[in-house]
Amino acid sequence: MLEIVNLHASVGDRPILKGIDLSIKAGDVHAIMGPNGSGKSTLSYILAGRDGYTVTDGSVTYNGEDLLALPPERRAATGVFLAFQYPVEIPGVSNSTFLKTALNAVRRQRGESELDAIQFLKLARAKCKQLGMTDEMLKRAVNVGFSGGEKKRNDILQMALLDPKLTILDETDSGLDIDALRIVADGVNSLRGPNRAMLVITHYQRLLSYIVPDYVHVLAFGRIQRSGGKELALELEARGYAEFGVNEAA
Amino acid sequence: MSPAPNTSDTLDQVKNITDQKYKYGFVTEIESDTAPKGLTEDTIRFISAKKNEPQWLLDWRLKAFRHWLTMKEPKWARVAYPPIDYQDAHYYSAPKSTPLKKSLDEVDPELLRTYEKLGIPIKEQELLAGVEPTIAVDAVFDSVSVATTFKAKLHEKGIIFCPISEAVQTHPELVKQYLGSVVPYSDNYFATLNSAVFTDGSFVYIPKGVRCPMELSTYFRINAANTGQFERTLIIADAGSYVSYLEGCTAPKRDENQLHAAVVELVAHDDAQIKYSTVQNWYPGDEHGVGGIYNFVTKRGACRGVNSKISWTQVETGSAITWKYPSCILQGDNSVGEFYSVAITNNYQQADTGTKMIHIGRNTRSTIVAKGISAGRAQSTYRGLVKIMPKAIGARNHTQCDSLLIGDKCGAHTVPYIESRNKSAKIEHEATTAKISEEQLFYCRQRGLTPEDAVSLIVNGFCREVLKELPMEFAVEAQKLVGISLEGSVG
Repeated sequence: MLEIVNLHASVGDRPILKGIDLSIKAGDVHAIMGPNGSGKSTLSYILAGRDGYTVTDGSVTYNGEDLLALPPERRAATGVFLAFQYPVEIPGVSNSTFLKTALNAVRRQRGESELDAIQFLKLARAKCKQLGMTDEMLKRAVNVGFSGGEKKRNDILQMALLDPKLTILDETDSGLDIDALRIVADGVNSLRGPNRAMLVITHYQRLLSYIVPDYVHVLAFGRIQRSGGKELALELEARGYAEFGVNEAA
Repeated sequence: MSPAPNTSDTLDQVKNITDQKYKYGFVTEIESDTAPKGLTEDTIRFISAKKNEPQWLLDWRLKAFRHWLTMKEPKWARVAYPPIDYQDAHYYSAPKSTPLKKSLDEVDPELLRTYEKLGIPIKEQELLAGVEPTIAVDAVFDSVSVATTFKAKLHEKGIIFCPISEAVQTHPELVKQYLGSVVPYSDNYFATLNSAVFTDGSFVYIPKGVRCPMELSTYFRINAANTGQFERTLIIADAGSYVSYLEGCTAPKRDENQLHAAVVELVAHDDAQIKYSTVQNWYPGDEHGVGGIYNFVTKRGACRGVNSKISWTQVETGSAITWKYPSCILQGDNSVGEFYSVAITNNYQQADTGTKMIHIGRNTRSTIVAKGISAGRAQSTYRGLVKIMPKAIGARNHTQCDSLLIGDKCGAHTVPYIESRNKSAKIEHEATTAKISEEQLFYCRQRGLTPEDAVSLIVNGFCREVLKELPMEFAVEAQKLVGISLEGSVG
C-alpha cells in the first residue's frame, strides 16, 4: 500500500529525514518509535503534505500513485488520514458542520454522492455509538474547550467517518491519562481491518500495549536504525534509545 | 514534491478569483431618463419636479443643499481616496419606461429580467396557492423604485410599504413628521448631500400593535454609469409593533468609482421593535483597486419609546470604500440597541465601520458585536462610540470586536470611543485580533477540504455570532457570500 524509498526531507534549510525506507501492506500496523527530534512528526507531515516540509530526495508511492504530487486534500480523499498530536480548534464551527463538510468534500472527490443533513446525522450518530461517544460532541465547536482526551477522541470519530485506508497516528498518546488512552486505543482498534494500514508514531511504548503493532521501527537521526516485531518496543522501554547514540535525560 | 503554494501565488489567486466571482457585475441595457451632470439648485429643482413634490420638501432639499455648500468632506475616517468631483456625476437616472407604474404587470420586462438574474423575487404570482408569502420586496433601480410586491396584502393590516417618493404623495403627513427627525438635514456631509438630492428608497409604517407578517426587503441596484445613488429609507414602528426589514445592494462592474450616499432613519415607539438587516455587496472594484462603489452611508435609529428595541445586523462584503456607522439613540427607558456586524475586505477595499450607541434613558442596554476580516491589501477599521448621558441610570453596554487577518499585507484597526457621564453605567469592551493559522488550514485540508472551503468554513465560524442574527432567508446567502468574498485569499 505504501512504499517509502530513500526519503530525504528538510524543514527550511535543515535536513531532518536522511533516507527513510519503509514498506507498509494493507492490514498491517507499523509503529515508529524514536526520541524527540528524530523526525517522527516530520515524517507524518510529509506523508500528509503540510506546507513548509520539503522533500529533497526519494519517493513515496501510495497504492501505485505518487503521493507527494498530490495536495493535502487529495491525499485525504484517497484515504490518508492523520490523527494530530495537537488537534486544532476552529471556533464557531460545530463539529457536525465540520465533519459533514469534510465527509462530503472527500465523497465528492471519490465520486460518491454527498450526504444530506439527515443522512449525515444518522451516520455520525451511529459512529459515535460504535466508538462509545455521546453525540453531544457533534454540537460543540471543533475542539474548542475540549479536554486532551476529548480532542483525541474527536480525531478518532473523524477517522471513523472518513473511512481512511492509511491512518497515521502522530503521538496520539501525548497528553492522555491512562483512561483516555484506553478509550482512544479501543476506538483505533475497532477500526483495524484487513483493508486498512496504520502507522503509529510514538515516543513511548505505553501506547503500544493498547494498540499492538505488527512491526516496530526505531527512528533516530533521520533514519530507521532498527526494525523488528512488537517485542522491540518492550526492549526500547527497558533500555531507552541510548544504544542508538541518543542521550535523553528522561 | 510539488512546491508549496507561496504568498505570491496566493495573491494571484485572490486577484483572479475575486474578480471572476462578482457575478452581479452585468449592465442592463435600458433607456434612461437622466439629469444632466452637475449639482446646482437647478439639479435639485429638477429632481423635485420629476417627483412632483410639494413645496415643503423642495424647500427642505434646498435648505440642505445650501448648508452642504458650507460643509467640508470629513477626513477623520481611516480611508484614502482621490477627491470626488461632485459636479462630474448625474444625480438622477431612471428607466424611461416606468416613471409611475400602477401594477407589477406594467413593469418593463427588461427590469424584471434584471431582478430575476439577481435572484430577487419581484413577481407575486410565483407563489404557490395557499402558501403565505414570507417576503415583500421594493426594488430600487438607480434613482427610482421600479416595483413593490405585496403592497395590497400588507395594506390589509394597515402596513404601509412603498417607495418614499410615493409616500410623499400618499402619506405626506407621516413623511413630513418623521423625515429628518433622526438624521437632520444638517447632520453630516454625506447625509446633508443626501437630503438635498435623495431620489428614492423605501418607506415603511407599521401601525400600533401590528406584527408585520413578512420580511420587508428593499433591493438596491445601481445600473447607470457616472450616476450617484442617494436613497433614503424611513421606517416607523408605532407602539407595540414589530418589523424585520432587509436590504441588499449590487452594482455593475465599472472602472470609475460611483458614489452611494444613503440615509436610513428608524423610529421605534413604545414597546416597538425594528430589526434591520443589510447584506451589502456593491461592486468592490477590481484586483488593482480600480472602480468600485464609495459607500458613504448614514444609518440611525431612534428608540423613542419605553422598552423599544432596534437591532442592526450588517454583512458588508462589497464597495471599494465603506464608511458607515449604524447607530441607536436610546431615548426611551429600558430601550435596547444592538449592532451585529461582519465587514469583509479583500484586495484594495477599505472599510471604516462601526456604530454609535447613545444612552439617554434609564436602564438602556446596548450590545455590539463587530467582526472584521481583512485579506489582500485591504484595511478594515472598527470605529464605535458608546456614550452614556447623565440621566441614563443603570445603562449597560457590552462591546466585542474581533479582527481576523488573512495574509500579511492587510490591516485591522479598532477605535473605540467610550464616554460615560453616569457613574452607575456598566461598559465592557473586548477586542481580539487573530490570523487564520496555517495549522487550521492544514487541519481542514487534511480532512479533505480545499483551501477555499477551509477559509470559508473558518471565517463563517468566526462570524457565526453575527450571521445567526440574520433572517433565515438571508443567512444562507450571506454564508455563501462570506466564502465567495474571500475565495483564493489563502493558497
